[in-house]
Amino acid sequence: MATAQTSFDVIVIGAGSVGTPAAFALAGAGLKTLVLDENASVGQGANKAAIGGIRATHSDVAKIRIGLRSLEILSTWQDTHGDDIEWVAGGYTFVAYREREERTLRNLLAIQKTHGLPIDWLEPAELRAVVPDLNPEGLRGGTFSPEDGSASPLLALHAFYRHACARGARFHFREPVREILEERGRVVGVRTDRDTYRAPVVVNAAGGAAREVSRMAGLDVPVTPDSHEAGVTEAVQPFLGPMVVDIRPAPGSANFYFYQHRTGQVIFCITPDPPIVGTDRRETSVFLPMVARRMVALMPRLRTLKVRRTWRGLYPMTPDGAPIVGPSRELEGFIQAVGLCGQGFMLGPGLATYLVKLIAGDLDEADREVFAALAPDRRFAGAEKLK
Amino acid sequence: MNETPAGNRRVELHPILPPDTRAPVEFFWRGRALVAREGERIASALIAGGIDVFGHHPKDGSPQGIFCANGQCSQCTVIADGVPVKACMEAVRPGLRVEPLDGNPALPPVTRPPRFHAVAEVATDCLVLGGGPAGLAAASELGKAGVGVLLVDDKHRLGGKLVLQTHKFFGSIADCHAGMRGIDIATVLEEEVRALANVECWLEATAVGVFSDGGVGIVRGGREYVLVRPETLLVATGAREKMITFPGNTLPGVYGAGAFQTLVNRDQVRPAVKLFIVGGGNVGLIAGYHALQAGIPVVGLVEALAECGGYKVHADKLRRFGVPLHTRHTVVSANGTDRVESITIAAVDERWQARPGTERTYPCDTVLIAVGLDPVDEFYHKAVAFGLKAFAAGDAAEIAEASAAMFSGRIQGLEIARALGRDVPEVPTEWREKEAVLKSKPGAVAAEVLPAERDVQPVFHCCQEIPCDPCTSVCPEKAIVVGEDLRGRPRFLGEEFGKKCIGCGACVAICPGLAVTLVDWRRDPEFPIVTIAHEFPREWIRKGDRVTVLDTEGQALGEVEIVHVASAKKLDRALLVRARAPRAIARRIAGIRVQEPAVGEPMEHYVARLTDETVVCRCERVTAAELRALVRRGVRDVNELKAITRAGMGACGAKTCAALIRHLFLEEGVPADEITPNVERPLFVEVPFGVFSGTEIEDPSP
Repeated sequence: MATAQTSFDVIVIGAGSVGTPAAFALAGAGLKTLVLDENASVGQGANKAAIGGIRATHSDVAKIRIGLRSLEILSTWQDTHGDDIEWVAGGYTFVAYREREERTLRNLLAIQKTHGLPIDWLEPAELRAVVPDLNPEGLRGGTFSPEDGSASPLLALHAFYRHACARGARFHFREPVREILEERGRVVGVRTDRDTYRAPVVVNAAGGAAREVSRMAGLDVPVTPDSHEAGVTEAVQPFLGPMVVDIRPAPGSANFYFYQHRTGQVIFCITPDPPIVGTDRRETSVFLPMVARRMVALMPRLRTLKVRRTWRGLYPMTPDGAPIVGPSRELEGFIQAVGLCGQGFMLGPGLATYLVKLIAGDLDEADREVFAALAPDRRFAGAEKLK
Repeated sequence: MNETPAGNRRVELHPILPPDTRAPVEFFWRGRALVAREGERIASALIAGGIDVFGHHPKDGSPQGIFCANGQCSQCTVIADGVPVKACMEAVRPGLRVEPLDGNPALPPVTRPPRFHAVAEVATDCLVLGGGPAGLAAASELGKAGVGVLLVDDKHRLGGKLVLQTHKFFGSIADCHAGMRGIDIATVLEEEVRALANVECWLEATAVGVFSDGGVGIVRGGREYVLVRPETLLVATGAREKMITFPGNTLPGVYGAGAFQTLVNRDQVRPAVKLFIVGGGNVGLIAGYHALQAGIPVVGLVEALAECGGYKVHADKLRRFGVPLHTRHTVVSANGTDRVESITIAAVDERWQARPGTERTYPCDTVLIAVGLDPVDEFYHKAVAFGLKAFAAGDAAEIAEASAAMFSGRIQGLEIARALGRDVPEVPTEWREKEAVLKSKPGAVAAEVLPAERDVQPVFHCCQEIPCDPCTSVCPEKAIVVGEDLRGRPRFLGEEFGKKCIGCGACVAICPGLAVTLVDWRRDPEFPIVTIAHEFPREWIRKGDRVTVLDTEGQALGEVEIVHVASAKKLDRALLVRARAPRAIARRIAGIRVQEPAVGEPMEHYVARLTDETVVCRCERVTAAELRALVRRGVRDVNELKAITRAGMGACGAKTCAALIRHLFLEEGVPADEITPNVERPLFVEVPFGVFSGTEIEDPSP
């Protein structure tokens, strides 16, 4: 480090899916930004475990708006900034094989339509035209949103990182925060093992460690990580367009989803049920047989596709399945950007633009609606239908 | 050396291996009919048919061919009847249509709806991963102690790398079958284990992951997934070869000694027309010997150190047969467009860098890399981290000779039986001592001792301390000793000890280093008869031939006449050749040249490298230059290198590049404690979804 700069406009805790695009956006707004992370490099928490799906077709207005911003940023990234982040507008399809899922999806579709999202119901034949390899037996159709897509979480985050650095943001790795400093009810900086840094704004973007970081500020934020297992296959020629999501519960799992990445590899993930709460990311023997059977049953052609690698990643969950984003009422200048519930990669870039407006005090009415929905002090009632 | 006809790339004549009598099987490569042998792997059948390039990489179109020949990488993938398969693992079927894999494969269509069965779970007292010398020795001890053992090995027969070793082994006869050939030791160890009712062996069974819940995933026959829940785990998975980087390092024709030995000694094909070896350890030296035995000329061997690191007897043997050993030299580049056509080497300076102006190029089509071994220890480390009762034996614990691996296996077997509460004695101290001796590196070199010119006496061309003493055991007169432990040099006890040599030649025949001769002065003191062990085809040497004989280190001594060639059954496929030699050179004769010096001549001009491309991650084609640039920009996390470049994300699971990347950091002067290593995750090899799902498969086609 050329100079031991210790005074910043904003300190972001966590160089992950949320913190890194936030630093990029904050630095772009001319704010002197420092990002602190305990890991050795960018995206070493949940980001590198993300499978890469990006959609705006949520059911909650705040997530829809943030998701649309993310889609806009990521889908135009290469044209705007030059880096190939392996974006593909492959779309998303939620498939229905039972009356129950069909009803759930059709109900959601109605909400999504009212927000003007490009999503439709496809009858079995239409759906099979989009995803020819779906098992036709019992297929009732499904939703299809062609403008959603995918990109590489690794490449995308590195692109944000490089451009954030170019814009003057500082990143300190292997430097966990030990203390959040406050004076007279407002945050004034943080202390690490190496130094003390001052800033009037501190953003908690610590992903799976959000609760511990928040506790340093004397605040409890209801973020509890659970783990999902994922994997990647060998690369094959393109055969699958959209992300395929099957929300049918089955013994041991709530749902699963997979898509073919631009590299030709299929990336897949399953949601364990009951959830595996905690931060254990070690591999289990349960995952592969469970996910493989569901995938081959849904798409028999996957039978010969070879699995290359598997891993487990953390979903920082909240009681209602929606992120917790916004200023803390108890500690002025302390902003939560946590509890992304496994959607940090797809929501992070959009969220970053909201954080900039929040910190600059530049919110309009629509923005205020988003922050109201995600407020840290909201009542956590009900759960989102499609997490 | 006898030449086999051009285009015939099968080993027709071999001094040790039995003739290949498997029935011919017709199959097709790009529509052209080729002949394989029944049960042969596709890769070997293609190589026998003269095909070296199996496809082209999706990223840059670079040619791909055989690399590990061990099912570990995916470089040899071809399309067989529409399905992408590893050519080194899949057997040829009659009529099989094989196509190159150019770019990514198409996923075969599947129409039949799947039916599933549950994934089987098996419990066992001890799961042994690997049926090589360590695993078999351990299974034997465990079996005798009444422990239930499940031993899994990914190959089609037990013995590990022993089954590729046609040469005689070092050590002592009583402890580790010294003087026997590796292939035969494998059979002995296998029979021992097969006789034990409580040891079950699964062949063609690959461990793919050790899981945090204590399960170990095994894929049987490439088709069936089984979850084993062992009480104890012994990791005896052996070693993997280290690689080095140089321009042209991924051209087809550059691969490791293990792959070479698999192709030559297991499958009896000749992957090389002219071989060049990089690395003077035992592995490289022995591979050179195996090449010569199979009729493959060895153009040379390059070693950066001043002396070859392997046993001196192995190095001497190669020199005598006519292979130049270029010590203090390094590889500059492998040259060629679609495959290796030549290699450029140069002398090294004190910083191990090539000295400009010393480059020379040798024509060759294969560059064999033998620069050392690394333990295959990832299952062990995972198991320990997950709290399993895990043990490691053999090369997976520490790289050493197979003889040491057998002791290591026995010791760990007993330790496991104890850990399971079986009533077994403590590991004898003697075992640990013997293991330590067998593991020891070669010691001091002394001058050769020449006996008096009378009677009949052995001459030991064995001047280095190595753990080996079968000559002492086979001497019917008990007239040979090696000293305190088996690392001493052999010595003939003459009349002063009341001993006499009867000229039986047993010591000559048994010596694994071919480093004992017998000189008989009794009939004609001016032209004594020298008996030399020779392990080349009987057809290559005849009574009446005039041959060039050489001293221990390969200096030609002159031409002599062969007066007798003996090939008795008790000689175990070695020939005892008798030559009538002038008195002046008789005692110094150590061997017979088999390769003409012209084979080792360089080309007139050296070939400047054709490419600057030095590839570190061969699966994803990531170059050293790309990685170096990132390291120079400050990247210290291997995971970050991986995220940006994809290095380590390929089919092999970073088995080759992980060590190369570590080395690259060191070359860049990055202290080890600044480097964050890559995170290791399953799977060990790629496995289809259908296998994990328990899909019922009626026939192998889609």
